[in-house]
Amino acid sequence: MSDSKSIFIKEATLTSADGEQRQFIRTALGGYYKNRDIYQARYRDWELARDAASLAKWSAVNNLADVLEKFVAKFESNGGKVHWARDAAEARKIILDLVAKANATAVIKSKCMTTEEIHLNDALEKAGFGVVESDLGEFIQQLRGEAPYHFVFPCMHLKREAISELFTKHLGTAPTDSPEELTMIARRHLRKLYITADVGITGANFLVADTGQISITENEGNARLTAAMPRVHIALSGIEKVINTIDDLTVLLPMLATAGAGQPMTCYNTLYAGPKKPGELDGPEEFHLVLLDNARTQILADPEQRDSLHCIRCGACLNVCPIFKNIGGHAYGTTYQGPIGSVITPHLRGLKDWNHLSGASSLCGACTDACPVRIDLHHHLLQNRRNAAKVVPNLFDRVFHGTFNFVIQRPALFSLGGKVFRKTFGLLKHLPVPYLGTWLKSRDLPAIPQKSFREVWKDSKNV
Amino acid sequence: MATAKVLKKLGQEIEFNSSQTCCGQPSYNSGQWEIAKEGAIRSLEVFKDAEVVVGPSGSCVAMMKKFYPELLHGTKYEAEAKRLSQRTFEFSDFIVSQLKITDVGATLNKRVTYHDGCHALRELRLKEEPRKLLRAVKGLELIETEEAESCCGFGGLFAVKFPMISTAMVQVKAGALARTGADYIVSSDPSCLLQIGGWLSREGKVIRPLHIAELLAMGIDDV
Amino acid sequence: MSEARKEIMGRIREALKTPSPKPHLKGQSSKVTGKAWLPEVGDTHAHTMALLSDNLAKLKASFHPVENLDQAIALVKDLAQKKNWKNIAYHKNELVTPVALAIDGTAWAVDDAFSKDKLEAADVGLTSCVSIVAQFGAILVSSETSGGRGLSILPPVHVVIAKADQVVPDLAACFEQINVQFGGKMPSMLSFITGPSRTGDIERILVLGAHGPKELYLILVR
Repeated sequence: MSDSKSIFIKEATLTSADGEQRQFIRTALGGYYKNRDIYQARYRDWELARDAASLAKWSAVNNLADVLEKFVAKFESNGGKVHWARDAAEARKIILDLVAKANATAVIKSKCMTTEEIHLNDALEKAGFGVVESDLGEFIQQLRGEAPYHFVFPCMHLKREAISELFTKHLGTAPTDSPEELTMIARRHLRKLYITADVGITGANFLVADTGQISITENEGNARLTAAMPRVHIALSGIEKVINTIDDLTVLLPMLATAGAGQPMTCYNTLYAGPKKPGELDGPEEFHLVLLDNARTQILADPEQRDSLHCIRCGACLNVCPIFKNIGGHAYGTTYQGPIGSVITPHLRGLKDWNHLSGASSLCGACTDACPVRIDLHHHLLQNRRNAAKVVPNLFDRVFHGTFNFVIQRPALFSLGGKVFRKTFGLLKHLPVPYLGTWLKSRDLPAIPQKSFREVWKDSKNV
Repeated sequence: MATAKVLKKLGQEIEFNSSQTCCGQPSYNSGQWEIAKEGAIRSLEVFKDAEVVVGPSGSCVAMMKKFYPELLHGTKYEAEAKRLSQRTFEFSDFIVSQLKITDVGATLNKRVTYHDGCHALRELRLKEEPRKLLRAVKGLELIETEEAESCCGFGGLFAVKFPMISTAMVQVKAGALARTGADYIVSSDPSCLLQIGGWLSREGKVIRPLHIAELLAMGIDDV
Repeated sequence: MSEARKEIMGRIREALKTPSPKPHLKGQSSKVTGKAWLPEVGDTHAHTMALLSDNLAKLKASFHPVENLDQAIALVKDLAQKKNWKNIAYHKNELVTPVALAIDGTAWAVDDAFSKDKLEAADVGLTSCVSIVAQFGAILVSSETSGGRGLSILPPVHVVIAKADQVVPDLAACFEQINVQFGGKMPSMLSFITGPSRTGDIERILVLGAHGPKELYLILVR
């Protein structure tokens, strides 16, 4: 068993037993479900909107070479500079070099899961640059020294008391149980940081090829400030975030808001074409975009799972996933949680060590139904299992299924097996029989029938 | 037997080919597709002479109807798999959409709540079919819950490979259904009922699991 | 061309040698064409305006349609007094300047050089906008025509003065207009503002004024 798998089993066992925390998460999501349904109903045809969104991303990703080059050319003609990173290490180096060149004493950041993926904050801190997360949820998680719990709602697992204690400890503020007051504490603390930061680092939700703009979606306004006040703006984005035309945003922006947060539109949707233009009154003097591969081209090369690159990181799949809701975001032990995380992490971090995430699912399919861009999530989990079976040695599975197949190919043996089970169950349930013992830990089995269906059927024919 | 009883009442001629064993889904879901293919090919053989195949299980029917053609894609069995797919139906789907019957003439004075098994709901796209049958049962009260569509946590071998998650899921699911105060939890999938029933029994809950075919059989006159 | 770029582009081209199936616009009603799957935009002007008003109310943005600029001035002056707005920052614009100067003689324009600290101290940012999208109640501002990037996001109150003919029905119409208005030369920033700043990060409870403005006013002059 890989280390990551045993850690996962350990964590998931703890969190899935915490009934109170699970109920807290379900309550937190209740409001989301209600609002999502209200705003989804406003679409004249949500299913058709999903088709349109899916087609928009498919067209961009399946023409990635041309679309990306078109985007880069237009972006650079707007005055920004593009940097290319083959992997996480290269991306970190590029960003660190830019920050150093800017003689930065303070760096402010808005929410960007890609920066989590490359562990940027850690690298910046080790290099002596203070970096502060400006998104409220990320700010809280940064103070806790904890990774985000959910990639849209980073601290949804925390009660307000925990946040109040955190602020008292790190910011010296008075305790309060008001979410409003807690938010204002963070607002006051971060305002001066926007003003004094030399470098602002953001992500990007979409890279618009026909206009050369990057699109950033947020509710708080912290990304707007991060890209307005500091002298240097650095954005990090996966190469797959491209879309063909600004017009695609007419369907993608509202769907991202509705599926992701149960809103009609997110509060700020901003398109950045370049650094401050001559004649404009303020804005960064430099605008850098770092494009990241980090195994995305590997997923691209898998035509079966290529559509997982369509992901707009809305988080809808997490919100409907019974696994996520019961084990929580941290149990996954990796940057991307939930169904999309379970699909792509084996590709991003290795099938051998991470295929268990694709295994830890009942394949209910709620994720696939929720995905605004129609990624075939639960079937991809199945495909990952098939791929893992081919390359990751699992003797138990091979033997178990080989034996099972041997039996089901022979109906007489199948019947015999059934008979033996029925007759010896009384004894079997006390023995360490694989799977049976596990089941019986928390569930009963129904009363064992005297006869098999076949026998009853045969008897009924003879009447 | 309940399935057969109901279908017979509706005028169908039932055959049971006792050489059938298993559709092969456990191996498919575990990623052992080469082994699963053998199970699929065998099923094609078992059912090759059947005019129509009706299964009282959303998961088995989904395997045969949806996944066999995909699994056997590119092999010489693909065409046959597609043909079998077209004539294989889940129990409630068969009665409602093929026989065009919603009232099987049943009477049962009980309160029930319905669990949508994931395969039936999301692979076979069945939601209204079982409900139409239930609503036509005289004296039956059908109680809907918000949790009707959430997964029971069985997921085949998932239930024993990740038992802590599976148990947490059935706790949420069966707990919510039990709180309706209904007499029965009804579903079209025996595996879901095994999972839900197993937890209900262990927890000492009064509400009992019941397959929709069994419910309908209970409510109709003896054939 | 950098090594990294060459390598990544090479991998992309190699990966795409195998095609993947293209999704179709199937959906439930295949007869629906155009963008008719998106939320309603209203088929009459009155309907569109009602939608806008309703959306802004849901967003907790303050909506004030007025007949003329004089009414706008009176309204904003009144608000300033009630809310005790002392430090007003604005940008020079035919609609905005008269309003700003009428509130209080000490209003200052960002067109004249300013420091970030000075903007941070402002109580209100007074701006124009590019257009208003009725479908969502979204106000579009630009770094080129709405006073830069900071004015519409840093001060805790944002007041927008606009003309009624700047209202467009939906995002599609708005993007068309952007293309016409700015041609191939986009402003460095275009931002859709849909309500005051907000967060749900603490127990999923809605709080306004997370980092951006806590209050948003739209004064729409006929």
